[in-house]
Amino acid sequence: MEITVNINGTDHTADVEPRRLLVDHIRTGVGLTGTHIGCDTTSCGVCTVLVDGTPVKSCTMLAVQADGREVTTVEGLKSADGLHPVQQAFSDEHGLQCGFCTPAMMLVGAALIEENPAPSDDEVRWAISGNLCRCTGYMNIVKAIQAAAAAASSDGDG
Amino acid sequence: MTDTTTTPPEIGGIGHSVKRVEDARLIEGQGNFLDDIALPGMLHMALVRSPVAHARINGIDSDAAMAVDGVLAVVTGELMAAHNLAWMPTLSGDTQAVLATDKVRYQGQEVAAVIATDPYAAADGAELVEVDYDMLDAITNPQQSLAEGAELIRDEKEGQTDNLAYTWETGDEAATEAAFAGADRVVSLTTHYPRSHPSPLETCGIVADVNSVTGQATIYMTSQAPHAHRTLFALVAGLPEQNIRIVSPDIGGGFGNKVPIYPGYVVATAASLLIGQPVKWVETRTGNLISTGFGRDYYMTGELALSNDGRIQAMRVDMLSDQGAFYSDAQPTRYRAGLFHVCTGSYDFPHAHIKCRGAFTNKAPGGVAYRCSFRITEASYLIERLIQTAAYELGIDPAEMRLRNFIQPEQFPYETATGFVYDSGDYPTALRKALDAAGYDELRAEQAAAREEGRLVGIGIAHFTEAVGAGPAHTYDIAGLKMIDSAELRVHPTGKAILKLGVKTQGQGHETTFAQIVAEETGIPSTDIKVIHGDTDDTPYGLGTYASRSTPVGGAATAMVARKIADKARHIAAHLLEAAPEDIDRDADKFFVKGSPDKSVTIQDAAFAAYTNLPEGMEYGLEDVTYYNPPNLTFPYGSYVVVVDVDADTGVWKVRRMVALDDCGVRINPMIVEGQIHGGLTEGFAMSSMQWITFDDDGNCIGSNFMDYLIPTAWETPRFELLETVTPSPHHPIGAKGIGESATVGSPAAFVNAVVDALAHLGVRNIDMPVLPDRVWEAIDSAGG
Ligand code: FES
Ligand code: FES
Repeated sequence: MEITVNINGTDHTADVEPRRLLVDHIRTGVGLTGTHIGCDTTSCGVCTVLVDGTPVKSCTMLAVQADGREVTTVEGLKSADGLHPVQQAFSDEHGLQCGFCTPAMMLVGAALIEENPAPSDDEVRWAISGNLCRCTGYMNIVKAIQAAAAAASSDGDG
Repeated sequence: MTDTTTTPPEIGGIGHSVKRVEDARLIEGQGNFLDDIALPGMLHMALVRSPVAHARINGIDSDAAMAVDGVLAVVTGELMAAHNLAWMPTLSGDTQAVLATDKVRYQGQEVAAVIATDPYAAADGAELVEVDYDMLDAITNPQQSLAEGAELIRDEKEGQTDNLAYTWETGDEAATEAAFAGADRVVSLTTHYPRSHPSPLETCGIVADVNSVTGQATIYMTSQAPHAHRTLFALVAGLPEQNIRIVSPDIGGGFGNKVPIYPGYVVATAASLLIGQPVKWVETRTGNLISTGFGRDYYMTGELALSNDGRIQAMRVDMLSDQGAFYSDAQPTRYRAGLFHVCTGSYDFPHAHIKCRGAFTNKAPGGVAYRCSFRITEASYLIERLIQTAAYELGIDPAEMRLRNFIQPEQFPYETATGFVYDSGDYPTALRKALDAAGYDELRAEQAAAREEGRLVGIGIAHFTEAVGAGPAHTYDIAGLKMIDSAELRVHPTGKAILKLGVKTQGQGHETTFAQIVAEETGIPSTDIKVIHGDTDDTPYGLGTYASRSTPVGGAATAMVARKIADKARHIAAHLLEAAPEDIDRDADKFFVKGSPDKSVTIQDAAFAAYTNLPEGMEYGLEDVTYYNPPNLTFPYGSYVVVVDVDADTGVWKVRRMVALDDCGVRINPMIVEGQIHGGLTEGFAMSSMQWITFDDDGNCIGSNFMDYLIPTAWETPRFELLETVTPSPHHPIGAKGIGESATVGSPAAFVNAVVDALAHLGVRNIDMPVLPDRVWEAIDSAGG
């Protein structure tokens, strides 16, 4: 089936098998390997991307379902102005260790702060509760997302 | 926080929370993990695994699989046997089936492999390989396994007449028995440390690229120990070692899971050799959970001989270890039960005797050091649970019980009853500091009041001592390879440097912290130092990263090689300053003649001169290598206090507070150290509360995916309050002891002790991990509470 998916602002047209998972299309079809795979049961969340701005586990969506939609992956977080506030904050707050969960965590964080400019500790934890991390114990991830929210809203104010 | 810095922030030596170098690529999705590697002509492999735990194989039919579009080959044990590769040695001196030929011995065992042009086709093919099995009874625990008349699991193993994998003992049995015979009181605890799984979020995988013309084998694999793996590949596959290059790329967490060599690696390499194209195999999550190195699965009975006033006189331990179908945990050769004999803990007593038997069962092999230095987690858990039991039995407060028995600061170096020589410590100060931060006395008062009202509050303590950094070559080896490690430092003419390591990061931040060690020793800013690791063609030999050995061994090698470089630079500086080398002094980044700091030579000047302007007779260049053989292990420790609220009606318990004091000696990068502690505490919490690989009576693995094997999310994970003391290791060049595993080792006992403490007044002394609500409810119910 021919599909066109807008990934990080660029249209990608391809002929894909109907059963092909979106995550495989992104990783091997388009060649963006920042989106990872960690399980077979929609449990770990490391494959999370934004589809029309909403976090989606791309291992549980078919590529054909993304036809005509806008997908943001970690490679699309950075803009001409530089790093996205969540990227900066993950580094500043030591929100990553092995980095395998990090692209997904940052995308969920970015989507959260779009909706909630000052999320509480519990609100961040709830938002990332579909995303596992084996390294950090989450404390610094929560701190990073809160710091990104603060940075994003002070940017907005300025 | 203790300030241990001696360099300014621009140099970023020891004690600075330098931001991590590795973050730049990882936050932009530019990491290079195994599955991100794609080579021209690369094929894909999927494994066919046994659906049953114990069965004879009558035959394998690959026809349907071969008919799938894109499938090129089905590899079976028979084919592997023709190349003498159906079996491989394990790191523990046993042999393990690569692809089963005679029978399958656990659910998930590798039976065949399908090679295809695309991963979907490989998976389709694997579905269609038909294996004809004759079922045998499954043995799912070591008690069954060692019982009279049990079916022989390892019938292929010459001389094996029962299911015993090994026996091991240590300590002075006679002296221990005598102490027990004369003791006022004997207190015992029997508990199971259940099977858990490290489950890094990235599973295991390989891209094997064997060139049949040149014989060059380039092997990208998820390896915590690339050099050791290269040597073992050479030995297993008979390939010349100079033609094997192992590249361990960015690793998505290891935790001990990526130490062993798994059948999938060997099959993919053989397939690449036979077909002449690169072959990629990336394990599924279920494959990871049901077949790769698990942790723990120890049945332990511990006893303490005590005086009436609560002084420990001796300890006796009897253990049974469930090894699974093959004995493939990676313990140092001499120590079948790893470093379990650190089970005397933080306490001063003269006698101990420890026995362990390992048994084969129809379960996946492993027993790896899951975020742990070789069975230390089990050992630490036992003594910290046991001392709490003893406190209750003797009517002594659990904190006081520990204070009465601690090794005192002036006793270090302290030789334990089992022969470890602890390097340094101040245990009473650490425990008191943690208790004060938690408000221990107030908590006990609150607990008493709560009990009056029928509420359950528990306060759990663990004061652990670890033994990490294996290790001295005269004592420690794995598969004959001595556990030394190395570092090579090259300083370029402009003063920028490359540091090459034998150890390999999996998220611990070596690219940052090891550069900080060099910065400290040489004055080269840490940001000017590139750290290379993981590629065996490009790094010096080492045994790799596990058992908290990177900083104790690789970090020491780094400090020593940096000192050699700094010393050569000092001689060059003397030449430039026209002075004698012994008259040269140094501050953070400059050399000068003693007493005249205004005329100086920077390390960068010296580096340039190393290639341009040398003193007579000196060899050009500024580079060196050090192989470090540690004189002893290091002994980090900590005091943890956990407060829980238990719901008596449901058995649900919640962590109200977790205060964790760690003393890991000098902290190279405090930010990274704290990150390691957060992660370790979370895994300790996970093991105590939910992580559990269990089996039904037929040997089916319950826990084969993340819906059944529970890993805590941010929602369940407690918040942690961290504290520190700093007691440097006297024998480590920079006084560091290692931190990667302390919190996983120490915290499970603190969590479980807290829940048991909440029920102690009902007479409850033990609840096995994971402490699930139904187990808590059961304990309350049967205690009549
Ligand atoms: S890969 Fe685990 S949820 Fe998608
Ligand atoms: S940083 Fe390793 S899994 Fe999150």
